[in-house]
Amino acid sequence: MYKIAVMGAYDSIYGFASLGLDICPVSDAQEGEETLRRLAGGEYAVIYITEALAAQLGREIDRYREQVLPAIIQIPGVSGNTGAGIEGVKKSVEQAVGSDILFGD
Amino acid sequence: MASTQVNPTRMELTRQKKKLVTAAKGHKLLKDKRDELMRQFLDLVRENMELRRKVEEGILAANRNFVIAKAGMSEETLHTALMAPKQEVYLESSRKNVMSVDIPVFEYRTRTADENDIYSYGFAFTSGDLDDAVRSLADVLPDMLRLAETEKACQLMAAEIEKTRRRVNALEHVIIPQAQENIKYISMKLDENERSTQIRLMKVKDMMLEEAHHYKERQAALAAES
Repeated sequence: MYKIAVMGAYDSIYGFASLGLDICPVSDAQEGEETLRRLAGGEYAVIYITEALAAQLGREIDRYREQVLPAIIQIPGVSGNTGAGIEGVKKSVEQAVGSDILFGD
Repeated sequence: MASTQVNPTRMELTRQKKKLVTAAKGHKLLKDKRDELMRQFLDLVRENMELRRKVEEGILAANRNFVIAKAGMSEETLHTALMAPKQEVYLESSRKNVMSVDIPVFEYRTRTADENDIYSYGFAFTSGDLDDAVRSLADVLPDMLRLAETEKACQLMAAEIEKTRRRVNALEHVIIPQAQENIKYISMKLDENERSTQIRLMKVKDMMLEEAHHYKERQAALAAES
């Protein structure tokens, strides 16, 4: 039985609390790293993370990229969409195919 | 000559031939695996992209609603309203094996069946906009979970495809040509040895015949007579 967590700046994520997801407000990269490590420890299968925070934790997130669990998924924050999520999908295509043949515009 | 030193012996030749057969078989299988993985990956990644666009739009819209809701009431009231959520979401995770890649499959369960339990507050002190905002976010949730599933699957499959591709390339461009070269080198060397033995035997036979019949002396004598 797993739970779902949402990480990011409080303003971007407080709404998810009402749906029953666990929210972990994080203000800086250092705190984010610690929180992510704690969350990835096993209790959570899916961790949603705002793009703004994910940009600061790139290395830490990459560590979990090839593990089956947890799935770390980027979502846009309240300040708007930075395109990092789409970029992540393109990165997968590039890794698999060698170059982005699907979404290269 | 082969880059690595191999012993030009029959045993080594058999070994290299066996290695070549295995490598060729492995190459074919891995290539098939790569092609099938790629086919499934491309379908999955298209779905992933579509879901991501949908989820990002949904979250953006929900965030907009939350900003409006926040504008209509004090921050304290908003925080209090969302402080103690009634609903909880649990995930049941199983694994699916796609071409030897383990991908997670999520199934989610809510603590209570009542879908109105997402409103964790009394309606007296909050604005109606907050209800809309929470509703809009709740509508995106199933898609978000689908997204988590597909995106993770895509990442895992991409890693596996990369590995398989490297293996295929290593077999195709290194192992197989090397084995072929070794086989060629050994068989040429063995042929050469055989020819050299043959010549040596012929030479020895000549020498022995010479010793027995003294052809050269007789020829010289014949020449002297005439």
